[in-house]
Amino acid sequence: MTDEEILGKAYDTSLMKRLLKYLRPYKWHVVLGIVLSIVVSSMEAVRPYFTKIAVDENIANGDHEGLLFTALAFLGVLVFRGLIQYFNAYLTQWIGQKTIFDLRMQVFEHLQNLGLKFYDKNPIGRLITRVTNDIEVLNEMFSSGIVMVFSDVFTIIGILYFMFSMNWKLALISLSVLPLLFYGTFLFRKKAREAYREVRIQIARINTFMQEHITGMMVDQVFNREAKSYNQFDNINAAHRDANIKSIFYYALFYPGVDLIGAIAIGLIIWYAGVEAIGGTVTIGTVMAFLQFNEMFWRPIRDLSEKYNIMQTAMASSERLFKLLDDRTMIDDPVAPVPLNAVRGDIEFRNVWFAYNPGPTDAETEWILKNISFTIKAGETAAFVGHTGAGKTTIISLLGRFYDVQKGEILIDGVNIKDIRQKDLRKHISVVLQDVFLFSGDIASNINLGNEAISFEAVQRAARTVGANGFIEQLSNTYHAEVKERGSTLSVGQKQLISFARALAFNPAILILDEATSNVDTETELLIQSAIHSLLEGRTSIVIAHRLSTIQNADKIIVMHKGEIRETGTHQELLAHGGIYYKLYQLQYKEQETGSRPVVQIGLRV
Amino acid sequence: MKSLLRLRPYLARYKRTLLLGLLTVVASNLFTVAQPTFVGHAVDSLKRGLETNNLEQTDLLFWAGAIVLFNLIAGGFTFLTRQTIIVVSRKIEYDMRNDFLGHIQKLSLSYFQNTPTGDLMAHATNDISAVRNSLGPGIMYPTDTLMTFTMAIAVMLYTDWQLTLLAMIPLPLVSFAVYRLGKLVHQKFEERQEQYSNLTTRAQENLSGIRVVKAYVREAHEIGLFRVMSFDYLKKNLVLARVQSIMWPLMFLLVGFSLVITLYVGGLRVINHNLTIGQLTAFFGYLVMLIWPMIAFGWVINILQQGAASMGRLAKILDTEPEIRDTATTDHAISHVRGEIEFRNVHFTHKGANRESLTGIDLTVPAGTTLAIVGYTGAGKSTLVNMMSRMYDVTSGELCIDGRNVKEIPLQALRSNIGYVPQETFLFSDTISENIGYGTDNGTDEHVQEAAEISRIAHDVSDFPKGYATMLGERGITLSGGQKQRTSIARAVIRTPKILILDDALSAVDTYTEEEILKRLRTIMKGRTSIIISHRISTVKDADQIIVLNEGRIVERGSHDELVDLGGIYAELHRKQLLEEELEQL
Ligand SMILES: Nc1ncnc2c1ncn2[C@@H]1O[C@H](COP(=O)(O)OP(=O)(O)OP(=O)(O)O)[C@@H](O)[C@H]1O
Ligand SMILES: Nc1ncnc2c1ncn2[C@@H]1O[C@H](COP(=O)(O)OP(=O)(O)OP(=O)(O)O)[C@@H](O)[C@H]1O
Ligand SMILES: [Mg+2]
Repeated sequence: MTDEEILGKAYDTSLMKRLLKYLRPYKWHVVLGIVLSIVVSSMEAVRPYFTKIAVDENIANGDHEGLLFTALAFLGVLVFRGLIQYFNAYLTQWIGQKTIFDLRMQVFEHLQNLGLKFYDKNPIGRLITRVTNDIEVLNEMFSSGIVMVFSDVFTIIGILYFMFSMNWKLALISLSVLPLLFYGTFLFRKKAREAYREVRIQIARINTFMQEHITGMMVDQVFNREAKSYNQFDNINAAHRDANIKSIFYYALFYPGVDLIGAIAIGLIIWYAGVEAIGGTVTIGTVMAFLQFNEMFWRPIRDLSEKYNIMQTAMASSERLFKLLDDRTMIDDPVAPVPLNAVRGDIEFRNVWFAYNPGPTDAETEWILKNISFTIKAGETAAFVGHTGAGKTTIISLLGRFYDVQKGEILIDGVNIKDIRQKDLRKHISVVLQDVFLFSGDIASNINLGNEAISFEAVQRAARTVGANGFIEQLSNTYHAEVKERGSTLSVGQKQLISFARALAFNPAILILDEATSNVDTETELLIQSAIHSLLEGRTSIVIAHRLSTIQNADKIIVMHKGEIRETGTHQELLAHGGIYYKLYQLQYKEQETGSRPVVQIGLRV
Repeated sequence: MKSLLRLRPYLARYKRTLLLGLLTVVASNLFTVAQPTFVGHAVDSLKRGLETNNLEQTDLLFWAGAIVLFNLIAGGFTFLTRQTIIVVSRKIEYDMRNDFLGHIQKLSLSYFQNTPTGDLMAHATNDISAVRNSLGPGIMYPTDTLMTFTMAIAVMLYTDWQLTLLAMIPLPLVSFAVYRLGKLVHQKFEERQEQYSNLTTRAQENLSGIRVVKAYVREAHEIGLFRVMSFDYLKKNLVLARVQSIMWPLMFLLVGFSLVITLYVGGLRVINHNLTIGQLTAFFGYLVMLIWPMIAFGWVINILQQGAASMGRLAKILDTEPEIRDTATTDHAISHVRGEIEFRNVHFTHKGANRESLTGIDLTVPAGTTLAIVGYTGAGKSTLVNMMSRMYDVTSGELCIDGRNVKEIPLQALRSNIGYVPQETFLFSDTISENIGYGTDNGTDEHVQEAAEISRIAHDVSDFPKGYATMLGERGITLSGGQKQRTSIARAVIRTPKILILDDALSAVDTYTEEEILKRLRTIMKGRTSIIISHRISTVKDADQIIVLNEGRIVERGSHDELVDLGGIYAELHRKQLLEEELEQL
């Protein structure tokens, strides 16, 4: 069952308790809102009473002045009520908005703290729905919902009071249809609930499909899958339509049904008035007031079933939200963190075992990293090579503590990274991620990520270091040129350069380059290498690359194979060793070296 | 409101049902309007009974029964109204959403590069909903209102025209107020809505880039940004609440005036015996009956306006002519291509760019040969290959496939003969086998495995606990960079295309695996055209023809050996990729 399928009861005590906590800062506002609602409702109930007085006392006695007085009093009540109603409507909205603002920020902050493991599993579209849609739904409950339920209940109570005090028999008669109403409503709810759930599921499917196929439209087109995707969508869309049509059916029955029950009540009042009239206990005014009461009585009841829907949606939404807030897929900071102000840059992995999805026992676990140990001394450049999927990216994710290791430990300057606050740890590390991500905005903000401590000069310097200044300065607004969603109007290499410049601009003690120049030409790459050479002086760096020319100067090359370290050494040592590295090297160069190129022959013989 | 006229073809599709729906509206009104009169009669006969002490029980029973019966009939018709008109509005929503997708599927790549996904999503969901919303009520209520209004007024005028006129005084104000306020509400609503979509976009950006945010410890900054936007949204909501809150109290107040007038003036007339008490009761009934249509009238106008605004936004998209599509010059007899590609003096400028990305490209790739493209970052390599599948069309010059202008080849025929591995991998959140089989219509498991074998992903997959049934995360996260690329290669290879395009598609793959893949590709691509973009000499050296792009121009062309001997950019590149000790030996 996906989260979208959660239906929620209309009322769930534990959820409600938790929701009400959010109202606590505004509790006096809520109290005021409820008091005002009661005032408004009681004035609502007074209206037929005026009619009764006008008919039975003024009109019946031909009392002109009395009638005028009654009419004016009625008018006064109306105006007063209008004012309070206005104030109250605003007040309740205010409460709702304030509350969901708090809640939204809480959810967003929580999302920022969740670990990558969480993001590996949860589609972004769904998370966005939490921050926006689900919270929006709660607004309705917090504002109109809670306060208005009180108001409706009080209206009903008020009307009941007047009805019974005027004529309790007539009151009982007109209420005799209630069981019918309750039963009808009960049936309706059961059906409408199912239909509603179906609609929700289909909406979620429509959104996910649209989102994915709009972002991947180019793939759809180039593989001419348009017709297939269209059919796929047609199915979802039709299911959505049918679910809605089903729910229309129930509503089409329900509303006329409620009206009919109301009409039966009117019929009963008229009939019974006749019966009672013989005994002389019923006046015309009473009958008229009752007819109006009946009319007024029906509205809040109808409203209540509307409120029921609001509550039900709100409960379902809050259940999803609380589930998200309760998700602790995050990496906790140590209770007593070791401060990490300056970093030398010693890195050590000690017997590290890691799996993204650990099994129930060690034996059943598909280890991604197996017993990894290595050290990188401060100021060194270390390179990781190995077949794709060997676990290189995983190693650097662990170093930044984006995931926690299952066994073994990782040390920076001799301190276990679990004893350091993540913020402090990452502050000293810049990673150029293999998957480049640019934000919409402009070039400069993509390099400094909105960090004001990084001056515009520093941004330019970083761009120059990676040789990105060339193309940036050719753009119409240079550093303030617009970057579209994910940088869609830049070439892939250009995006990579910007992401590289970003890493440099943050001026880290440890620089990590994960295939940072895989889409960049060799010329530019070499330029970068010589440009950052002085920059790297005294800093530790880790480089992952498949193009061996990129890494040949590393102080230490670590060769990974299927989650294990197979070889370690310098370029020369590894070639001499004649293992995996040598094979990779040979593959990359041997054929260039065959034929007439003497260079190649020599290279091969190393 | 004119934009709503675009709905005509949709409405026409269901005109019978809609007509029937309108008839039921009229019918249900006829039966509703009669009811207050019955109540009036009942009250009068009750009064008469009380005064004469001779109450006709059957009379009352008759009226009570009539009320219930008429309500039942009216309810039946209302049921039918919803089952016709509202159901049709859902059907039209469905049609429109399908048409929307069908249309954007035809739009070109540059459109998507320049339009935020969030915007398109909003159009596909919110705007279409708003149009649907305006359809049901937009058809139902005006008819309803008109009917109730004329009938109720007619009865009231007939009963007592003076009282009617007096009681009616505040009512036009109601409509007017709803209309004016509604306009204001609408404006504030749009402002709020815009901020809402900004907020959504912000959340989307933040969550998509969460890995960067975390890596650079930007969480606090992001939270700050989001707080500012959320707060702005809060303020916009409160402004909206301020105008919206006036609506109902004002409405009730104005209607209340009507009731007060009726009570006072009507009461006087009853005292003066110009009106019976039952008639006064009926009068109240009718007034109450008029409240809703009055409110609905203003409200419907607003809903229609909102629908029109949404329809206008949708129309803008639906009217965007697909730039790249089959035209009159398309020769539909062509269903296959051999794979000869020829660029004749092609120039190309990206939409919104200030300079050409390709300049004077002249190039022939004979069918069955391999072309390799190298060049600096941003030189125009991806742009060049994207023209072959017509993701872009030339700005000037001509691109021919098999000697025919590409524009004459049906898009379907062209693209189904091309296997394309984009530079940036996009995988769907589906199983691995679905992702690979995506490239073909009849991909059996064997085909998928074969393709996986060629692209060397088969071995990795067999290591996954769920094998080919492994579900991928969005865009394929949960695979390593190289695994993603190889899946994407398999997806292209399974098509056994006449033209295979690899846009830097081995950049995340180690040299060993790369060599294995290339070896297999060479076998299956025998007699087919291959285009390979790469920064690695080892990848391109065996190509029949290598071109070097620089700033959108072809600056060098030839075979590996020729280019190395030429001593230009390529030779330099070659030299730089040799390792140091080799250079020392030189
Ligand atoms: N988020 C994840 N969830 C589950 N499995 C993952 C995740 N990321 C990677 N893996 C798996 O872990 C293994 C190692 O992946 P990793 O990204 O470390 O490889 P790599 O050596 O960097 O490869 P490449 O050179 O292709 O980038 C792969 O089999 C991959 O499928
Ligand atoms: N959609 C676009 N709108 C505007 N300009 C674009 C667009 N796509 C690419 N460009 C620009 O056109 C030029 C060529 O881009 P292209 O992607 O073809 O380069 P490339 O040779 O493939 O580069 P790389 O090696 O980095 O992939 C670049 O300067 C780029 O910024
Ligand atoms: Mg490119």
